[in-house]
Amino acid sequence: PPPHSHSDWIGPPDKHSNLRPVIFYVPPEESALERRLREARQEAQASNQRFWARHNRAFPEEFIYSRLKAKGLEMRDESGQKTTLSAEEMADFYKDFLSKNLKKHLQYNRDWYKHNFRITFLMGQVALMRALRWLRRRKKNVEQ
Amino acid sequence: GLFVWHLRSAGARQIPCRFVHLYHVASNKLITFQYFNFLKRMYVTQCNKDLSQRAKPKSDSIVSPFHDLQQLDQEKKVVHKISSASPVPQSWSEMSSRNELREVKSAAETEDSVIPGGAESKEDRQWKEMKLRLDDLPGILARLSKIKLTALVVSTASAGFAMAPVPFELTCFLLASLGTGLASCAANSINQFFEVPFDSNMNRTKNRPLVRGQISPLLAVCFAACCGIPGVALLTLGVNPLTGALGAFNIFLYTCCYTPLKRMSIANTWVGAVVGAIPPVMGWTAATGSLDAGALLLGGILYSWQFPHFNALSWGLREDYSRGGYCMMSVTHPGLCRRVALRHCLALIGLSAVAPVLNITTWTFPIISLPINLYISYLGFRFYRDADRSSSRKLFFCSLWHLPLLLLVMFTCKKSVLEKEDKGELHGGSHEMAIEIRLP
Repeated sequence: PPPHSHSDWIGPPDKHSNLRPVIFYVPPEESALERRLREARQEAQASNQRFWARHNRAFPEEFIYSRLKAKGLEMRDESGQKTTLSAEEMADFYKDFLSKNLKKHLQYNRDWYKHNFRITFLMGQVALMRALRWLRRRKKNVEQ
Repeated sequence: GLFVWHLRSAGARQIPCRFVHLYHVASNKLITFQYFNFLKRMYVTQCNKDLSQRAKPKSDSIVSPFHDLQQLDQEKKVVHKISSASPVPQSWSEMSSRNELREVKSAAETEDSVIPGGAESKEDRQWKEMKLRLDDLPGILARLSKIKLTALVVSTASAGFAMAPVPFELTCFLLASLGTGLASCAANSINQFFEVPFDSNMNRTKNRPLVRGQISPLLAVCFAACCGIPGVALLTLGVNPLTGALGAFNIFLYTCCYTPLKRMSIANTWVGAVVGAIPPVMGWTAATGSLDAGALLLGGILYSWQFPHFNALSWGLREDYSRGGYCMMSVTHPGLCRRVALRHCLALIGLSAVAPVLNITTWTFPIISLPINLYISYLGFRFYRDADRSSSRKLFFCSLWHLPLLLLVMFTCKKSVLEKEDKGELHGGSHEMAIEIRLP
């Protein structure tokens, strides 16, 4: 992003996590509240990135393995039953994958919701603070 | 002004993606001029999702992404605008793109530069500034609130209103529709607010506004509040408290039950079906003020409809759902998925037969609706037996016209209040009999 920019920049989806990274703009007079917000967002971004990169890495490998297994079975079946059987195989794999990772997913869910609420709440506080600051400046200008 | 041109061609035969981006920095006009020349030779159009939407009055927003999956060999080019210096029209032709480039050039030359010496004009691919652009806002909010799905929800609510055996009151109807629409916008926005990282990982949803950073989560929540609170208030105060309560309950059910449940268990589909069934009930209660058998029947019809509709849709998206970590029947219990879809197609036949018993429609309704219900049941059976992409697609697309048609037939077969009076049955107590709707 250009150096003179005054806002955050969001990039293309990461190839591992599919999440879009954000480069945060640090204003020269960043208040403590704004810094907390920025740090919360960075932390959430890092945590999300970790989870999804790991999750997406695990998924295709096991998927391919299961596909090969399914293909092996496919050969033995009549053409009429081919699709159904591979769908069932897929279902078993997906069910397996989901149940194995359920605890992890739930934990991530909780973390993500916490991050999300905290970030949004901080954003609200920062917006309010900026609005009050702007009003105070206007008052000062009027008085002068 | 700054322009970002995003050229993407996704081909089913693995055509490599080409991304072209352009940044303009006022200081380096020579390089940007060359870039503009380069761009002029390119054919730029915008494939707007709205334009490619089916021209049905009750089109579902789910249809568009489903189409996307099928039209993989269609070139999608998206134009993004960075600065709000000059407004950019949504749809482009080659001529207007050249004009725009000329405009940008002149804007560039008149722009005063605040750039320190040495700033280079980078061709940074796809990095976009996270600044809210007011002229983009309506489009962004429309996508955030899933406006097409909202329209469908409002139309089912109006169907519920129309089916209620009371004289038609226009103001009540409009207030109920508006309130329902606002409530739906709020619920959809909160849903997207909760699901950002999951949406990023699914092809169907990765272009949503929060995922792309076009809007901040704070703004999404504020928008949801600005829609939801007036919407529910309108329903409670302008229509009746029962409808308001149902609206609020539905928002809660969708955002706090359905959305988290999607990642926990397949029960989410049933909860989601209830969410879809409540709007017509709301329409009915808006008209009559009470929750009676007719409302529940209408809700029941919509509840049953959800299953063939959603199960068929999710069949094609199994891999996506699984990758996103969603617990869907089509992923983990495919047999159950198809059984349930078929079961509910048959239930529709049964429910249509109950309608005249409850004095909502005449006996012509089950007879006329039998062919369409039998057809969807047939497709449901095919889906159950074949379990492949083509049968699921057929069932899904059938469900899209089946519902509006069924509701229309129901409305035309509606039992008029006058007829009921003749039979000595009075519905409710406090309705004026002066105005009566004459059915065609």
